[in-house]
Amino acid sequence: MTGTVQTSNPAPIAARVAGFIDHLRLNDFAVGPSETQAALKLIDRIGPLERDRVRQSLKTLLTGRHEEWERFDDLFEAYWFARGRERASAGKANPHRRSSATRPSIWSGQLPDGEASGMGDPGSGGSADDDLSGTSAERAVASRQNQLRKADLRHVADPDEIAEAERLAYRLAAAMRYRLSRRYRIANAGSKLDLRRTIRSNIAHGGEPITLVHKARPDRPVRIVVLLDVSGSMKLYSRFFLQFVKGLVCEWIDADAYLFHTRLIRVTDALQDRDSIKAMTRLALMADGFGGGTRLGDSLKVFNDRYARRALNSRTVFVILSDGYDTGSPEAMAAELKRLKKRVRRIVWLNPMLGWRDYEPVTRAMAQALPLIDHFAAANTLNSLGAIEDDLARM
Amino acid sequence: METVADLKNRLAAVHYVADDTLATALQLALTLKRPLLLEGEAGVGKTEIAKALAGILDTRLIRLQCYEGLDANAAIYEWNYQRQLLAIKASEHEQIGAAEIEKHIFSEDYLLRRPLLEAISQDKAPVLLIDEIDRADEEFEAYLLEILSDFQITIPELGTVAAKTVPHVILTSNGTRELSDALRRRCLYAYVEFPDPERELAIILSHLPDIEETLAVQVARFVRELRKEDLDKAPGIAETLDWAAALTGLGVRALEHDLETVQSSLICLLKTEADSRSVTKEVTSRLVGQAA
Repeated sequence: MTGTVQTSNPAPIAARVAGFIDHLRLNDFAVGPSETQAALKLIDRIGPLERDRVRQSLKTLLTGRHEEWERFDDLFEAYWFARGRERASAGKANPHRRSSATRPSIWSGQLPDGEASGMGDPGSGGSADDDLSGTSAERAVASRQNQLRKADLRHVADPDEIAEAERLAYRLAAAMRYRLSRRYRIANAGSKLDLRRTIRSNIAHGGEPITLVHKARPDRPVRIVVLLDVSGSMKLYSRFFLQFVKGLVCEWIDADAYLFHTRLIRVTDALQDRDSIKAMTRLALMADGFGGGTRLGDSLKVFNDRYARRALNSRTVFVILSDGYDTGSPEAMAAELKRLKKRVRRIVWLNPMLGWRDYEPVTRAMAQALPLIDHFAAANTLNSLGAIEDDLARM
Repeated sequence: METVADLKNRLAAVHYVADDTLATALQLALTLKRPLLLEGEAGVGKTEIAKALAGILDTRLIRLQCYEGLDANAAIYEWNYQRQLLAIKASEHEQIGAAEIEKHIFSEDYLLRRPLLEAISQDKAPVLLIDEIDRADEEFEAYLLEILSDFQITIPELGTVAAKTVPHVILTSNGTRELSDALRRRCLYAYVEFPDPERELAIILSHLPDIEETLAVQVARFVRELRKEDLDKAPGIAETLDWAAALTGLGVRALEHDLETVQSSLICLLKTEADSRSVTKEVTSRLVGQAA
């Protein structure tokens, strides 16, 4: 390979640059035709032989975030100097294709084409509530929804009902967002005078401020950060919770979601991806290790170290959805919770088992965590999920 | 088009030591007349770049510090209500119609220019620094985007103010919030890293010409090693300079000679309680060993 950007004759360079922009776009860069033009002008101005300057200038022009900045040099090399090109074009052939076999069944509810088959998890007990099975054909939809809202989710086993419950979980999150966002309005009698409007409306009184116009800064919505436990012990609940979390992330103005089992993964972007097949692929890659044990302390540490600075602010309500069965050390977990507590407004812990009769939070991890938690609530039914709304509204 | 090397020299003359990547980005922003978005950890010198740029262009630096809840009144313009009230009062006894008073008090005399309006009404193109854009709300970001593409501002009472000159815009972000794709596409982008020891040495020598060079070399290396430790807050360039100045002031000529003083002067570098606890004497002497 020569050390210059190849331009044997002038016309093909436009095609090559357009190809480069395509190459970047396939690698998730936000670039388009206008960038192609700008890039061509730039190469023309610098001269195509100045390889390093072309690379650095294009880098400044075409990247927009740190991650792109880091990857640009490799992509540049790969395209213009054919290093690693085989692999790049192999991926290009069908970037969004992934066989359904590799998808963990927990994600299948998010597929648009109703590929949600094989959902009857053998571990789900099959003992559907009497209320919920039986004469489902005649039952009015509204009442079925009501029943579903009250049923302990681990007893929901019929595929239709699972789908229904998932939809409900999603809608619940969306509805909560809607209700809370109504606070986002300007009050009539605010605490501050709106001098601009006051003066304008009082010019007729010779500038004597008789009619006062007030203004108030609308309440800012809370930020929600959710950590969802997807370990083995949460298996019966996590698919519903996942829909709930998806609802929060897609409908809330300001939300962030993470999954954890033995590791912690950020899933906000994957859940928000409009291309749901792509979202599936991304989640499938992340779900590796699903259903294993829980390392709450380690996961919280990763969160505190890697994400906390960016994810948390003083308006954050931090929600943990977990049963508290932890295989790590409870002291470590408590230490991480303490660190977390300094940075957020409230910590809410939703524990599905708390809704069971006779359950006491006796696990050592729970016992250590309890004093640090602002609100500890049950989350074994859809209704109990909905009940956290008040908690989110109250700062 | 001036070369990148020229630009670097001119920046060095105002005590800013830039690397090739950053100089290229700056030069591109100047020639293409597009805003430049700088990201990077706190303390890598993002804000300083704007000051240095204003220095070499010999022009004003207009700074808009973003914060949560920043609105148009604080960023663009505001009417001077107190003066308006006075003017209305003063004209009470003269026989002037309301329409005329209104026209008078909504003239440019009563307009308070905030940074964005100020920046587009200069005779010589200023450097407009929009600092920590990630702290402002998304709504403000959208508004800013509009101004950055049109460079004109509409004031309902006065009409549209078009830019006299197009300012050189530099935006900085600490990454506390994801910025919108639209804003990112509108801007050129550069990620600013912590300087390598050679560049940090050049920075120290440029700001503290009296320092002994051997000490400066050690300081630069020590700080690089310290940044590799698991710290809450990695020391920035300003902290390095503080520390180097402190060591010179305390009469330290080489780090290994006086570990006690070095340890106590670390308060210049470590800004959280956890960090100062985690860098014990043992850690310090190991780092000094690596730096020597």
